[in-house]
Amino acid sequence: MPSNLKFSDDALALVHKIIKRYPEGKQKSALLPLLHLAQAEFGGWLSPEAMDYVASLLNILPVEVYEVATFYSMYNMKPVGKCVLEVCRTGPCWLMGAEDIVAYMEKKLNIKAGETTADGMFTLKTVECLAACGTAPVMQVGETYHENLTCEKVDSILNDYRANVKEPISHFAKKHIKG
Amino acid sequence: MGKKLLLQHINVPGIETYSVYREKGGYASVEKALKMKPDDVVEEVKKSGLRGRGGAGFPTGMKWSFIDKKTPNPHYLVCNADESEPGTFKDRYLMQKLPHALVEGMIVSSFALDAHTAYIYIRGELLYVYHILEKAIAEAYEAGWLGKNIQGSGFDLDLYVHPGAGAYICGEETGLIESLEGKRGNPRMKPPFPAIQGLWMCPTVVNNVETIAAVPHVLNMGGEEYAKIGVGKSTGTKLISACGHIKKPGVYEIDLGLPVQEFLYSDEYCGGIRNDKKFKAIVAGGSSVPILPAELFLTTAKGEPRLMSYESLSDGGFATGTMLGSGGFIVMDDSVSVVKNLYNFTRFYHHESCGQCSPCREGTGWMEKVLHKIIDGHGKMSDIDLLWDVQAKIEGRTICPLGDAAAWPVASAIRHFRKEFEELIQNQEKVKSVNYLQELIEA
Ligand SMILES: Cc1cc2nc3c(=O)[nH]c(=O)nc-3n(C[C@H](O)[C@H](O)[C@H](O)COP(=O)(O)O)c2cc1C
Ligand code: SF4
Ligand code: FES
Repeated sequence: MPSNLKFSDDALALVHKIIKRYPEGKQKSALLPLLHLAQAEFGGWLSPEAMDYVASLLNILPVEVYEVATFYSMYNMKPVGKCVLEVCRTGPCWLMGAEDIVAYMEKKLNIKAGETTADGMFTLKTVECLAACGTAPVMQVGETYHENLTCEKVDSILNDYRANVKEPISHFAKKHIKG
Repeated sequence: MGKKLLLQHINVPGIETYSVYREKGGYASVEKALKMKPDDVVEEVKKSGLRGRGGAGFPTGMKWSFIDKKTPNPHYLVCNADESEPGTFKDRYLMQKLPHALVEGMIVSSFALDAHTAYIYIRGELLYVYHILEKAIAEAYEAGWLGKNIQGSGFDLDLYVHPGAGAYICGEETGLIESLEGKRGNPRMKPPFPAIQGLWMCPTVVNNVETIAAVPHVLNMGGEEYAKIGVGKSTGTKLISACGHIKKPGVYEIDLGLPVQEFLYSDEYCGGIRNDKKFKAIVAGGSSVPILPAELFLTTAKGEPRLMSYESLSDGGFATGTMLGSGGFIVMDDSVSVVKNLYNFTRFYHHESCGQCSPCREGTGWMEKVLHKIIDGHGKMSDIDLLWDVQAKIEGRTICPLGDAAAWPVASAIRHFRKEFEELIQNQEKVKSVNYLQELIEA
């Protein structure tokens, strides 16, 4: 399938650098890092076109990309808001009130976990232990961890994003793609 | 006050940079190792008694000696930085503050294993740490600790970081290897073990971040000196990540063998239970290990004070003991419903099961449903036996230990807190009212 998606020059340079980390013929190993790049470059989610493009870069079958992309929880299989709010819901965070934080955010944003606000600003997602249980409850947005969450803290974090975020925030932060 | 090895310099300003790390004696173990024979490095690690810090506690030197030396295939060292076991956050702390400690450990360990390419597999959520590690690695190349002919020794090593993308199962070493090959993280049948056929079917050692970061200390001190720290077969220091209802959550480095009483209550460590509540229960080594009621945690069934060591925490077997595991120390006060907490953990294991084996895939789903039914006020007494039955049918019947890890929390909760299950089931109508759980616990 022809596609007009293409990585930026900086991202392509990084792609070639990453592929060289694995022995010849084992370039498929670069799939996970490339999917992170694709998500960063193409609007925060992996469309079929984006996955096909990654397959072509690695010279593997598209289905090899689909089966991997759907296995890992960080890849978004449908469009998401500019800020994906990933709130930890696992045991230690739950002990420290994560359930209340999620409920508060659902009410405040008027969406359920898994949904995106009508203005396309926020997607609320619950995730599993983020290895930050000592500062629970915790939420991740892009590469930033927000820790020791309270309802007041959530208010100010959301206000801050709403005021300042213009471009979608990705896990692989754009600033690291620039050579 | 115990010995600080891993965290000795953690608060030094700039310690994440090469120059400061080097000033503090960093990379000395590489200088020492390069003058030794690889097998002699392995020998030191054996003498140290160092055991894997990822959860299983397998002797590191012994694992290294299994690596297949007869094959013409290259050897690989892979660092397990997937850290996803609920309650565990020590590796993240270590890597973000002391990235060079991991790089140094990777160099010495690769030298010992005759590996010339090594990878650090870090969970995708920690991409910000991925960039910290990349920076440290670039500095190490620049200073001649990585690349060709390291410090004129003739030893070559390339070291790379590789990100995961959100899957607990990629912490299991063969799931991790599959993932590093660009596939779904489905664990492999063993044997063959990774030391014989691992990454790309080549001999591979997978070690936890903390294990690898301990190796330079073993070499600097000498294996025998390292073995003097600790108690019995629990040698050296261990990072414990403490969380839950304690006054001072955080990452602590302890000498193995520290009395649990001291770790939990002294101000140097956890500082006791917060808000003057009562200590009810603990999951002492990451979500997978059996839960213990407070009394059985503080003293063994024989009445001896328990120590923070592999042997003491497992004293009494699963009947009355638990495991040191990954060092994820989750403390619960008396406001916690053990059954609700168990539901949360079981939901986690069901979500994270890779789905290859039916006992794990179906069993974790069943247990989640039955537990949900109970906390929702629709349980029957026979459900407790059903839960017991399902967990017993998972344990030992799966490809990887995630199945066991899902079964143990259920078994131990029923073993030690059966009454809580019964009370929820007997008081159905009340359970349906939101506040009842709280009342029950406070009664
Ligand atoms: C489901 C599952 C998850 C695991 N997660 C991790 C992990 O996040 N980090 C880790 O080091 N070991 C983890 N392990 C243990 C590894 O399989 C392996 O034993 C360990 O990395 C070996 O290193 P060590 O000997 O240095 O501990 C996990 C095991 C299982 C079964
Ligand atoms: S035990 Fe569970 S996680 Fe492990 S291989 Fe089987 S299905 Fe996958
Ligand atoms: S449980 Fe939320 S960070 Fe560990």
